[in-house]
Amino acid sequence: MPSKSKEVEVTTLCLSIIREMTINEIQEEIIEEFAGFEDWMDKYAYLIELGTDLQGLDEQYQTDQNLIKGCQSKVWFNASLEEGKVKLEADSDAIIVKGIAALLIRVFNNQTPEDIMNADLNFIDEIGLKQHLSPTRSNGLVSMVKQIKMYGIAFNHVK
Amino acid sequence: MTLDINKIRKDFPILQEKVHGKDLVYFDNAATSQKPTQVIDEMVKYYYKYNSNIHRGVHYLSNKSTDGNENARKIVQNFINAEHLHEIIFTRGTTESINLVANSFAERYIGEGDEVIVSEMEHHSNIVPWQLVCEKKKAVLKVIPFNDNGELLVDQLDELITDRTKIVAVNHISNSLGTINPVQKIIDIAHARGVKVLVDAAQSVQHLKIDVQEWDVDFLVFSGHKLYGPTGIGVLYGKEDLLNEMPPWQGGGEMIKEVRFSGTTYNELPFKFEAGTPNYIDAIGLGAAIEYVENIGLENIDAYEQELLAYATEKLSSIDGLKIYGTAEHKTSVISFLVDGIHFYDMGMLLDQMGIAVRTGTHCTEPIMQHFGIDGTVRASFSFYNTKEEIDALYNGILKVCKMFVH
Repeated sequence: MPSKSKEVEVTTLCLSIIREMTINEIQEEIIEEFAGFEDWMDKYAYLIELGTDLQGLDEQYQTDQNLIKGCQSKVWFNASLEEGKVKLEADSDAIIVKGIAALLIRVFNNQTPEDIMNADLNFIDEIGLKQHLSPTRSNGLVSMVKQIKMYGIAFNHVK
Repeated sequence: MTLDINKIRKDFPILQEKVHGKDLVYFDNAATSQKPTQVIDEMVKYYYKYNSNIHRGVHYLSNKSTDGNENARKIVQNFINAEHLHEIIFTRGTTESINLVANSFAERYIGEGDEVIVSEMEHHSNIVPWQLVCEKKKAVLKVIPFNDNGELLVDQLDELITDRTKIVAVNHISNSLGTINPVQKIIDIAHARGVKVLVDAAQSVQHLKIDVQEWDVDFLVFSGHKLYGPTGIGVLYGKEDLLNEMPPWQGGGEMIKEVRFSGTTYNELPFKFEAGTPNYIDAIGLGAAIEYVENIGLENIDAYEQELLAYATEKLSSIDGLKIYGTAEHKTSVISFLVDGIHFYDMGMLLDQMGIAVRTGTHCTEPIMQHFGIDGTVRASFSFYNTKEEIDALYNGILKVCKMFVH
């Protein structure tokens, strides 16, 4: 598994050097990646890996203001605008949730506020994480997506 | 008597279900229990054949449903050995029962500066209604603490009680720790000081035989759905004299004697506290559930569940880095735990993928989590339809999760 994800990382890196990928292209890429997993164990092992690898947030950013309140796990998102692009960082006390946050960052990081605002998110559904999307689910995935969109709207306004 | 678990399991259709393609292992019984065919069939029968709004009906169906509802009340009365039938009030559940008592009792008996005592290990349902009432009445809420094993420091109760204390509200069994509290002792201490006691039996009626007269408890509350009955039905038992003195809580149909704009008079017990169309089908379902449980025998159920608890405690304790929260000497079949370095939410999500249903989080007992300085736990709670093989599945599941986290 690690070798595959490294491969993907390299591919992603190469692609991003050639040109910035769009939100939809990144989503497609993730969907393709997940299609390769044979069972749930591989899928979750990958999420755990993503969660472990995601550089967390500095404690100074783990503030109540950045906290997305889910009932069961804590998730923090920090966003900034640099040269017209949104920079995202995230952290969570639950690794799988952090892995999901890592996927969201992969999709939304370095995109323009406008693209984030208008993004049609379909990969979560497609990779079988839909169960985490229902509004009463306590990991706050819905809130995470909403928060990222809010950053998009806010930064678009600032711009 | 040894229970025929295979036969019992056949009574619960849901246990035959597959989850994520795997055999369901249902260890979330403290949240809600599954329902036997006997309960489901009884309710379906009433919907198919006898459904009609109860009481004050002149026709056949209404009488049939009324009889069903009142027969269920009788079953509940016998189940907890209440002296009078009208001491059994049907509610929506434990939470509503507590809210009813908190509001109505406070209206009659609690004033500014008076005190209510709860424990540190209460479900939010036995904290928040009292907080609301205390706020409204400018009364004081006091707390009986527990030790790190999860045992109430009952010896402190006598010191906590003052001449302003009106009621002590405690659970019989803690939903997140499994502790069986010494309710008789609590009642005796409180009564010696003239203080009333409410016992939240939501987690105990399904495990232990309760005799309200033997305890001399003032109020007992529980839900149907944790007792193998339907959701939306619960019970409030209260001593006749108290219930008679307490004012109605909710107004509406059924609870009145006469309605005049110049003043309304209220119905007798139990109807005084049952405003609106009663949830009679669920009450009938609860009656069927109690009969089911009594047929198997609570003593047999308890003995078998203790066996499961001992087996699971030993197995789970052998896992490296696993810590059990709630190690009281007297416990029921509930195990709350955490594994070092693994968030309870991750554990729960991965066990779910293996078909194992556990509950994760604070279990609506945030003060307990604060006591231990944790954000939540994984909770496995066993019922008499569970097996040692299922506990093995949980054990292996946890090991599998641990392995995923090492890589």
